[in-house]
Amino acid sequence: MIRHAIIEKNSILLLVLILIVVSIGGIVQIAPLFYLESTIEKVEGMRPYTPLELAGRNVYVREGCYNCHSQMIRSLRDEVERYGPYSLAAESMYDHPFQWGSKRTGPDLARVGGRYSDEWHVEHMKNPRALVPESIMPGYPFLAETPLKAARIAGDLLANRAVGVPYTDEMIAAASQDLIAQADPEADGAEDVQARYPKSQVRDFDRNPAMVSELDALIAYLQMLGTLVDYDVYKPEENLR
Amino acid sequence: MTESNDHRGNGAMRYPVGAALAGGALLCIFIMARTADPVMIVHGFLFLAFCAGGIYFLVRRTHALAPEGAADATYNDAVTRTGVIISMFWGIAGFLAGLAIALQLSFPALNFDLPWTNFGRLRPLHTSAVIFAFGGNVLITTSFHVVQRTCRTRLAGVIAPWFVLWGYNLFIVVAASGYLLGVTQSKEYAEPEWYADLWLTLVWVTYLLVFLATVWRRREPHIYVANWFYLAFIVTVAMLHIVNNLAVPVSWTETKSYSLFAGVQDALTQWWYGHNAVGFFLTAGFLGIMYYFVPKQAQRPVYSYRLSIIHFWSLIFLYIWAGPHHLHYTALPQWSQTLGMTFSIMLWMPSWGGMINGLMTLSGAWDKLRTDPVLRMLVASVAFYGMSTFEGPVMAIRAVNSLSHYTDWTIGHVHSGALGWVAFVSFGALYALTPILWKRQRLYSLHLVSVHFWIASIGIVLYITAMWVSGILQGLMWRAYDSMGFLEYSFVETVAAMHPFYVIRAGGGALFVVGALIMAYNLWRTVRGDLRNEALPTVRPNPAMAPAE
Amino acid sequence: MLYENVASFAATYGLVYFIILFAVVVAYALWPGNKSKFDQAARLPLKED
Repeated sequence: MIRHAIIEKNSILLLVLILIVVSIGGIVQIAPLFYLESTIEKVEGMRPYTPLELAGRNVYVREGCYNCHSQMIRSLRDEVERYGPYSLAAESMYDHPFQWGSKRTGPDLARVGGRYSDEWHVEHMKNPRALVPESIMPGYPFLAETPLKAARIAGDLLANRAVGVPYTDEMIAAASQDLIAQADPEADGAEDVQARYPKSQVRDFDRNPAMVSELDALIAYLQMLGTLVDYDVYKPEENLR
Repeated sequence: MTESNDHRGNGAMRYPVGAALAGGALLCIFIMARTADPVMIVHGFLFLAFCAGGIYFLVRRTHALAPEGAADATYNDAVTRTGVIISMFWGIAGFLAGLAIALQLSFPALNFDLPWTNFGRLRPLHTSAVIFAFGGNVLITTSFHVVQRTCRTRLAGVIAPWFVLWGYNLFIVVAASGYLLGVTQSKEYAEPEWYADLWLTLVWVTYLLVFLATVWRRREPHIYVANWFYLAFIVTVAMLHIVNNLAVPVSWTETKSYSLFAGVQDALTQWWYGHNAVGFFLTAGFLGIMYYFVPKQAQRPVYSYRLSIIHFWSLIFLYIWAGPHHLHYTALPQWSQTLGMTFSIMLWMPSWGGMINGLMTLSGAWDKLRTDPVLRMLVASVAFYGMSTFEGPVMAIRAVNSLSHYTDWTIGHVHSGALGWVAFVSFGALYALTPILWKRQRLYSLHLVSVHFWIASIGIVLYITAMWVSGILQGLMWRAYDSMGFLEYSFVETVAAMHPFYVIRAGGGALFVVGALIMAYNLWRTVRGDLRNEALPTVRPNPAMAPAE
Repeated sequence: MLYENVASFAATYGLVYFIILFAVVVAYALWPGNKSKFDQAARLPLKED
């Protein structure tokens, strides 16, 4: 029999037992996710974010959009009908960190890309209630007026590469150039962006040719959400394991 | 005391600590000189102020002629007195932030369309202020008090406890100002960026060492069970914090970092962290408070010490598995969801074991509930603990979760635990501590404690019932179909339907704030040494003792 | 790693392990020899000065 006094009188033993007990659950649950097929499958179409999309994603994170918007369509009938095909693990494989969210004060955004026009987003960000009177979303008029800090985006790509996103040397070298080119169809290198990042959309997202704003980046990000995987081609049952 | 000079001067650590502070200040200046990130400069100034304040503190204490105060010769109550004041301050700040964002959800014009006042930045400010600033300071303060009293020895270290308290609060200020300025990792309840996380790790390891060293020099053969819970809280939070915050910064001079994990692995790591922040920060730590303050206030030993041991081991073992119930029907593999659901349901048992243990401590002394409003607050908190630990397992069932997830039901559940359990047990502990730490005969006014209790209770009831209705209503509206087989409601129709409940919720929150302000007034008068002239409730003569007629 | 292997391990050894762990904790808490120590420990909050 374990003597009561041994544990109760020895704080280090108590500490070690606590650590063992609390480690088991985490190890058993989390470790397999790095090996099991369904969580590490590669799905055709997935690519790293373009520099502009990544910058937009950082605006999304900075403003705390995840507090009210999920990006995870559950495999439930009403959600699939409302938002589109349920989300796959692979669709957030380059999301450091994930943006699945936990609350839908506003609707899910996992497949919001292409649902609304750029003009709609520009107006909606400025004053959500101008378009949706019952909306309780804050307005973000300052995004259109704030120039995007573009010069240092290569550092963000490098940090992403360090945590496993497959950015090539070429992508990193061209990062700030790509960022500007994606928001300006007149600029040199617009085709290069689409060559480097398949399915990327190149246009002046905020309809203001005078500058590349934070709103450009945010709309570029919103308009690509959920658009990379082609659901006419993807067969989920082939990946069941 | 074992060390006679323990309570004065700075001990042997003053030179290395002073050198570390000077080195830290230089590092701040170096980073501030090189950074292009304006927030890094703001935070550099905060750290610099901390280092300067620390050096001033060391110099002043080294030259102090008199010991810190004869009254403190046995226990280090100076650090816990400071902790009580800081806790009360953050409590009110956090409740006010909550009220502000509740009003924003009711009246969106209150976002003012500015970066630093929008809901997305203020919501993490609220959650961090109540969980980490209020809850964390209450935990540090009460654990320092409880470990000294139950080990019958002075808190270990001279500078270290102060470093833990002020260092932790520096973390809070850096985190909170960061959210307002747009610095966040976006992982819920783990929003602070990499440099704040590194700083917290340093503070937390010091906290663990202070706690352990105090236990090592105890003058009692046993380690009381409250300390087990505190120890599990400190150790597990350290583990969760380090793993969930693993990240690669863009550079050493920038605030931005990218988390090591991505997608589904990141989601599970986050909710392993997030759920156990509830389990070990908001439950295990506060159970430590319950196991000390309920017996103390009732003047009776805990109902069953044996049950407390089973409670302890089964609680910490089961809690750690429950995280995946936050990810039902997502891209997380189903076996993992099932595991999380199963353990969440099993968790009901130890939770109720603990609740019964707390409540039954009063058996034979239930009349004290009538005469002692502080005890009433503590007991109500245990009852709320029982309620929300019953609701939690129900919501972890996959079918229930399909309705409740993403809705306000979750928010209501969290607040029945946070307001009812965590805040009430904290209020009870602070009410109990203040007269002890300031050596007052009693609180300024027991009547005001009673007023606080009722106002806050009504506030909680308004809050959680509004959220139950709005959550279930919205969940049902999202999945409602019309007779043609189409979805009946657009999303924004479900938003509009929430409005009256959001207003009621804000009203409940306002009552809770008012209660806390009454409390702060009461504690302040107690500290001043005032006694309100009031008829104190007396114990009614026991009818069994009356002579037979 | 195959899901089936993990699942069968959990359903056998995992289950046995949990039951043993629980039995050890319960035995430890209810062991008659520990009773007086527990009673002493339970009075700790009340005996301080």
